[in-house]
Amino acid sequence: MTFWTYRRRDNLVGYLFVAPALLGSLAFVLIPLGMVGWYSLNEWNVLGGTFEFIGTENYERLLADEKLRESLVATAWFATGLMVLNLSLALLLAVLLNQKLRGTTLFRTLFFSPVLVSLVAWTLVWQLMLQPEGSVNGLLGLFGADGPNWLRGETTAMVSVVVVQVVKNAGLNMVLFLAALQGVPASLYEAAKIDGAGPWTRFLRITIPLISPTILLTSIITIVGSLQVFAQIAVLTQGGPGTSTTVLIYYLYQQAFQFHHFGYGATISVLLFVIVAALTLLQWRMRRRWVLHES
Amino acid sequence: MSRLTALIVAALLALTACSGSTAQSGPKTLRMTVWTANEAHLGLLNEIAAEYRAAHPDVTEIKFDSIPADGYTTTLTTQIAGGNAPDLAWILEESAPDFVSSGALAPIKAEIEQAGELVPSATKLWEKDGELFAYPFSTSPFGLFVNTDLVGQLPSTWEQAVAASAGKNLVLPDFKYQNWAVLSAIWRGWGANAWSEDGRSCGFASREMKDAMAFIHRAIFTAKAIPGPGTTVDFFAGNAAMAVSQISRAGALKDAKFGWTLLPLPKGPKGDYAVIGQAGVGVLKRSKNAEAAADFLGFLTNAANSAKLAQFFPPARSSLLNAETLAKSNPLIKPEALQSVVIDGIGKGVVKPSHQGQEELNQTIRAALDPMWKPDADVDSVLDGVCAKIKPLLERS
Repeated sequence: MTFWTYRRRDNLVGYLFVAPALLGSLAFVLIPLGMVGWYSLNEWNVLGGTFEFIGTENYERLLADEKLRESLVATAWFATGLMVLNLSLALLLAVLLNQKLRGTTLFRTLFFSPVLVSLVAWTLVWQLMLQPEGSVNGLLGLFGADGPNWLRGETTAMVSVVVVQVVKNAGLNMVLFLAALQGVPASLYEAAKIDGAGPWTRFLRITIPLISPTILLTSIITIVGSLQVFAQIAVLTQGGPGTSTTVLIYYLYQQAFQFHHFGYGATISVLLFVIVAALTLLQWRMRRRWVLHES
Repeated sequence: MSRLTALIVAALLALTACSGSTAQSGPKTLRMTVWTANEAHLGLLNEIAAEYRAAHPDVTEIKFDSIPADGYTTTLTTQIAGGNAPDLAWILEESAPDFVSSGALAPIKAEIEQAGELVPSATKLWEKDGELFAYPFSTSPFGLFVNTDLVGQLPSTWEQAVAASAGKNLVLPDFKYQNWAVLSAIWRGWGANAWSEDGRSCGFASREMKDAMAFIHRAIFTAKAIPGPGTTVDFFAGNAAMAVSQISRAGALKDAKFGWTLLPLPKGPKGDYAVIGQAGVGVLKRSKNAEAAADFLGFLTNAANSAKLAQFFPPARSSLLNAETLAKSNPLIKPEALQSVVIDGIGKGVVKPSHQGQEELNQTIRAALDPMWKPDADVDSVLDGVCAKIKPLLERS
């Protein structure tokens, strides 16, 4: 019997096909992930060039860190605000633009265009608009309202970063919702109409269940994305005022890159990884409950 | 060991094998990080570098790598962490304790021409155990630039300065309600300090600091002299009555369409004082060309080149610290102003606050001071809050 049986040859071909992808994820995902895990067990003084194994000390510090708790609260506010606003705005726009009316293509393009703008450029423009004498307050002034100094108040700063992010990215979810809406068979609506269902009932009983797989997808993307928000915070608020917008990833950046605690920074990124993984898993598990076709 | 683990280990070994460092012989290139992107500054640095290379053919390139001042230290440490350390680096005064104490810098005293004539107040921050770890490249006292088109009577006290610029803007260009250390240019006039000399006890809750900060708060919200949070006003474009800044910025006034003059910082209740912003240049120990880098630093900072650089970066050499020498390279500024702001300032000045673990202190203080920047803030309790927050950080070192 020869070594190169059909089975072995097939296997080899298969491995060769997956090799590029596997090597890529090994070099850029798995190895860095493993290294972060290793760094988190060490005290790494970048300036002094020392690298010392300290076991679980960084993890003990994580549990006792009051600032970390503050940043988890900020992260939760940001993620919740973003998810609720982003998904409802995207769905609203998608439903409105799903009508067969003239000019919808123009509006679709308009609402999608912020997605294509460079994030930092987008944020810098908003930073100017949100200044006390900026155009946002100018607009409010037209209606006789006296706008606050948006980026200097604890609540208004958080609202500002959420809104800047929502307006930037809602267009992406809108397109996904639009595609899903167009996949809903018109015959179902007609049948419901004949049965006497009003527009609201048709939306709740037909549209929502049929686009639920897309709602799941967009909610996972949005929540994972919200945990990775960085540029907006770095440009608009630098985590302030106080620590009101110091979300987890910004705190990680401060610890590792500003305070030179690279080991502790790695520990925080392990925590971030666990949170993202847990949320994704949870949403995936829950899909059986509320996504149609999955039960 | 599973196959996957074996693979990972092999890959890691390959990676580490690539990054092993050895001292280079043969042609050398040097890279120095700087936080200026000003063409005149870079032009002069490149001119000096070209002269050095002409005499040292083994150094084939000297590159000045501009990193924005905002986040400069963060970028520099990230480069060091990533194994891409520069050979030489400008270091801000506030990072001096971290860099000097960490052992990241190579000793350089032997390379410096006539190191004995360096002014002690300028080298203090960069010394450890009698050795010098960075050259005090720029020792620049803060002064008060005044737009004489907008201000008639020149101020000699802070009260007068604020009164004269009420509604007409007194700018602190680098403050931005973030870089609180800039405020030391004002609060020193009240005798206030961020922390004690040994760095272990907090000075924010002291009576002097509370009075100084109450004054600053009034200047912002009552007198409307210092522009409020989120408002940007450019003195150098003629939009402000006064600005607290350093002579290196005077270049921006070359084509100014308004009359201006430079004064020493106004007097506070404690009288005359000066505050200095500093920058050092150090050689990174991990540089493959540390020896060549130190040699170039010696050339860059010798008396002749220091005199050239003095137009932007006031020298710490006592032989150059006289109005005539400075006037040659600073045609824009009157000799009296050079004497009173720069020369007297270096003599009596204190360097802006710096401490080990400065960046963490910076962010903590920035966050704790944020409640102060509102019209109805309770200044005293905000300052007590600052001390409560930074006490553990000060005691740690």
